[in-house]
Amino acid sequence: MTFLRQSLTMAAKDLRAELRTKEAINASVAFALVILLLFSFAFDPTAEQTREMSGGLLWIVFAFAGALILNRSFARELPNDCLDALVASPVSGAALFFGKCLANAILLLAVEFISLPVFGVFYNVWWTQRFWPLMHVLVLATWRLTVIGTMFRALTVNLRLREMMLPVLVYPMVIPALMAAMQLTTVLMAGEAIGADNLIWLRLLAGFDIIFTALGLVLVETVLVG
Amino acid sequence: MSAVAAEGVWKFYGDFPALRDISFQVEPGACLALLGRNGAGKTTLLRILAGLSRAARGRVTVYGKDAREQETRQRIGILGHGIGIYDELSAFENLRLFGKLYGLKDPRGTALEWLERVGLERVKDSPVREFSRGMRQRLAVARAFLHGPSVLLLDEPFTALDDRAIAILQQLLVKARGEQRTILLSTHQLREALELSTQVVLLSRGRVAYRGERTAEMVADPGWLYRQYGE
Amino acid sequence: MRQKVMITLCGLAAALLARNLYVILLRLPDEAAQGAIYRIIFFHLPSWFTSFTAYVLAGVASILYLVKKDTRYDAFAVSVTEIGTVFTGMGLVTGMIWARVIWGIWWTWDPRLTWAFICWLVYAGYLMLRRATEDPTARARNSAVLSIFAFTTVIITYKAIDWWRTQHPGAVLSFRTGGGKIDPAMEAMIYWNWLALMLLAAVLVMVRMKQEHVQGEIEALRRHAHAL
Repeated sequence: MTFLRQSLTMAAKDLRAELRTKEAINASVAFALVILLLFSFAFDPTAEQTREMSGGLLWIVFAFAGALILNRSFARELPNDCLDALVASPVSGAALFFGKCLANAILLLAVEFISLPVFGVFYNVWWTQRFWPLMHVLVLATWRLTVIGTMFRALTVNLRLREMMLPVLVYPMVIPALMAAMQLTTVLMAGEAIGADNLIWLRLLAGFDIIFTALGLVLVETVLVG
Repeated sequence: MSAVAAEGVWKFYGDFPALRDISFQVEPGACLALLGRNGAGKTTLLRILAGLSRAARGRVTVYGKDAREQETRQRIGILGHGIGIYDELSAFENLRLFGKLYGLKDPRGTALEWLERVGLERVKDSPVREFSRGMRQRLAVARAFLHGPSVLLLDEPFTALDDRAIAILQQLLVKARGEQRTILLSTHQLREALELSTQVVLLSRGRVAYRGERTAEMVADPGWLYRQYGE
Repeated sequence: MRQKVMITLCGLAAALLARNLYVILLRLPDEAAQGAIYRIIFFHLPSWFTSFTAYVLAGVASILYLVKKDTRYDAFAVSVTEIGTVFTGMGLVTGMIWARVIWGIWWTWDPRLTWAFICWLVYAGYLMLRRATEDPTARARNSAVLSIFAFTTVIITYKAIDWWRTQHPGAVLSFRTGGGKIDPAMEAMIYWNWLALMLLAAVLVMVRMKQEHVQGEIEALRRHAHAL
């Protein structure tokens, strides 16, 4: 089986398992909507304030929602020693990793697509102004969250204190992606194009996505095989 | 060429040697019983053979190739302490998944065939979460044998099974012996396991304390070997 | 032998630091715009250089460990990372003191400072991961992988003043600017003090490695005892 086919089988398996129980996605969507609504109610921001903080708010919400999804992704492999069964099979570690990343990214993107219209309605933001650039930012930043989260999940999967270690390790590494996403999203929500000033953020987002994905694909096997 | 060979295998946990200079060979079609107390290193050794762990020193080969190579993993079937089955998926979906991962030509057909063989065809679409323990174990056995592995690595397979599952497993193992498949199973001293075996290796504190043919005496009195060579 | 080397390095470091302090405090003139506080740069820049060097060495040691599986590389990686983290802390604190005097604020979220802080967080995470992993082989392997990922933040922190317009001062040293932005005597002192801090760091790394070695022996004995 080729790498791509193996990855897709793994991704399909993860998605099927998740959609069957809907644990992670329910929790994520609920969390995202509650925060967005609460924030709107508690602070009742003006149009000006909303414009300034849109990127920040959205990405904080997406980051935490993403954490909920990522927690489930490897946790599902642990009961019954499923991870052992996978690692012992002919699937390469890289395909296992990539498949999980795909599944997690799709789930997180789903949460984001549900959140954006809600955000648009309650904050009176015309978020589709710069739709395609926004989609680019969404996909790039979501991929980064997913790759780092999945990789570090694999790292901590056997630790006693894994629930605590994962946020400690992941958040510093994803802050750069979040910063870039927040900055770009704020700009795009305000209806402006990504100017020369902000291009560096986009480049960083894309560039390090490639680097981290490559590093992950190469190193994950080392981490999974004791 | 031997089916499974270990040459000078050492495994460390930090500075502590869990396996020390393990060497043995298993011919194709043989059945090796791996004996030893808890902590002797049986699970560690099986995990290295299965490609789940790497030896710190020495080599482990299956039909001459390294345990981690894709070709090798293709021909190995494992049954560990955990059953390796997804609770959220149905029995059929689980087997079909592993069928696909092992590159079977007809994952669906093979999955259905095996579900019948282990007596789970009537519950094939129910999520495994709802299964009783015995049913899960039978499904795990199906998963291990599904892709027709030429080498079977079983870690204390009889310990956790119920009667029906034991019967099915014994049947499958006898059939596997007949088909010249190689079997390595770790066990404490169970008669069922010893009866099936042709060879015995006793591990004691990470070393090979005894290696040889399985004799009738061993089956009659499994503790004999421990008294002779173990501690 | 090892003791002798450590004591010699220690002595050299102390002597050099003493000499540097003398020159910094008494010989060099005040800087034109900043006044006396600028002298903190003689600790600020060398601290950061030392920590970056430490992280580069840690990254290399981590890769070597993954390839060769020799635990000495792992011992070196953790020692060097720990020392690096300490110097990063020093770098942050010296920067904050300077900022309080010059800008009137302790901190701001400009790219350089933000990345520097992330760098510190990431390596602190490395140290926490090591704490949380009991099995030594897994600990070595996992932290090696983490170290490789963490190193990307070092690169970005270093290049931050080139890639963004930052509130943090731009490059002044000749190897980055081609010369002319800083008085040669001051620039030389920065390098001298870097040498002093590197000597100090070397001693600390050696001490730490010895600790790692002894710790490994204790763990092995403990497991032996359990096995009995």
